[in-house]
Amino acid sequence: MSTIVFIDTRGEKLPKAAQEAVTYASKLAGGPVTAITFGDAQGLEALGASGAKKVVVARSVKALDSQQLTKLVCDVAAAEGATTIVCVHDATGKAVAPRVAARLKAGLVAGATGMPEGNRFRRNVFSGKAFAYVEVSSAVKVVSLSPNSIPIAKTENSASVEDFSGDLGTARITVKELRKAGTGVPLAEAEIVVSAGRGMKGPEHWAPVEELAQLLGGATACSRPVADMHWRPHHEHVGQTGVAIRPNCYIAIGISGAIQHLAGVNQSKVIAVINKDPEAPFFKAADYGIVGDAFEILPKLIEAAKKLNAER
Amino acid sequence: MKILVLLSQVPDTTARIAFTNGDTQYDGNGVTFIMNPYDEWYALVRALELKEAKGSGTVTTITVGGSDTEATIRKGLAIGADEAVRIDAQPTDALQVAELIAAYAKDKGFDLVMAGKETIDHNGGVVGAMVAELLDMPYVPLASKLDVRGDTATVERDVPGGVEVVEVKLPLALSAAKGMAEQRIPNMRGIMAARTKPLQVVAATPVTNAGGTAKFELPPAKGAVKMILAEEAGKLIELLHSEAKVI
Repeated sequence: MSTIVFIDTRGEKLPKAAQEAVTYASKLAGGPVTAITFGDAQGLEALGASGAKKVVVARSVKALDSQQLTKLVCDVAAAEGATTIVCVHDATGKAVAPRVAARLKAGLVAGATGMPEGNRFRRNVFSGKAFAYVEVSSAVKVVSLSPNSIPIAKTENSASVEDFSGDLGTARITVKELRKAGTGVPLAEAEIVVSAGRGMKGPEHWAPVEELAQLLGGATACSRPVADMHWRPHHEHVGQTGVAIRPNCYIAIGISGAIQHLAGVNQSKVIAVINKDPEAPFFKAADYGIVGDAFEILPKLIEAAKKLNAER
Repeated sequence: MKILVLLSQVPDTTARIAFTNGDTQYDGNGVTFIMNPYDEWYALVRALELKEAKGSGTVTTITVGGSDTEATIRKGLAIGADEAVRIDAQPTDALQVAELIAAYAKDKGFDLVMAGKETIDHNGGVVGAMVAELLDMPYVPLASKLDVRGDTATVERDVPGGVEVVEVKLPLALSAAKGMAEQRIPNMRGIMAARTKPLQVVAATPVTNAGGTAKFELPPAKGAVKMILAEEAGKLIELLHSEAKVI
């Protein structure tokens, strides 16, 4: 019985989702675990704080080459006699966890939303309109954890870091280009999201939306029509066809709340809706609501957020 | 170029969600079923565009399901797929579906295997990667753009903070997300032609049973919305901080 966790730590700092997955794996195991990662991330010792005792790094793998990474995870799993393999349910996890499951003939819980009850893992289905309880019957199980599912553990511990020395074969995927866009909080990791829709009447009116998000330490998002009209970049589009998010707090301004939009945000812990139409369907899914004009309400929210920040 | 498109049937986006058989099965009674939108709009349509641009090749769709999925499969043929395969089994788990598809696709020489980013019922987004593993193909998740020149595919996908462009030699499997293509409405000629296009029914092969969904549950009903007067909008921030404790 042993638990290992595979995470993607590329980028400037340790991703929140990676720390959550290490915390989760260590809670499942009831003690520190071995973490596996790749690329040239530094400062991996810090993963000890969330529950890693050892971090195995495949420095030679730079791209998301799911074949090399699957071999990496399976090799470490075999060496450690792992029976539970934890991943993050993000793009990296979605490429690697299913491959590992298929290779090991292991059951996969795709997108667990918390700790299991006994052998039952809960996940969201029907675009957040229902839960499924998954039971894995195979000897080895693979669990990918949805981001924002558990708080990160913070201890004084530090992890040992060792390079993976095994053969992972030749990379079949080559990265040709990385086009940067945006520098704010990544949407999937954001605990607070301020989102706006067609009610903003044009891209030139987004400054107060951005200011409110920044004051609250959150990310900005938008509805589909706004992305389709190129008022905002596509990666900000939340909803069924865009990104599905589950922040602690979702503030929707000038978004009516079509079923396709709700499908991407209905797992938010608290939803606040601001819309001038009292009949907007979004109010039915909201915890807090304000009926009124976005251009009059936003300055009030910004003022209140500044006051709150001054007090804390 | 031979392209395989994984095609699922799902309840319509607006369908009522209810469960039956002791909450172990989706209650499809009176529900309209459709082709999974991501399989249709993104994977199938891009596959057809690639074939049309090249002027040769075949697009095959594959579905795991009972005979009740055939109307959906015919729609795929009406949109333009050349042929369809239905593996005669009730889908119960991602690994089961992937093993059935891989058992069929093995040794058929597909250059591209394309799936939608996820189905709108189970929301797993994992079958494509499992098939890739079983067929020993590279895999790109959540691709937003795909072009093929000779035996090399160029694929774009959204990554945190930007867009990544990768190159891969065929064969390749991927899941397709927004940006890949636009929806195509089948025309009358397509619908007529679909009637006579081949729809092959294949018997299920043995698969791994690694468990699956034991029970479904509906979320608790949402409490009433707390309304705040527009003049006192600032209160929202106070309530989110002191009452909801989320900011």
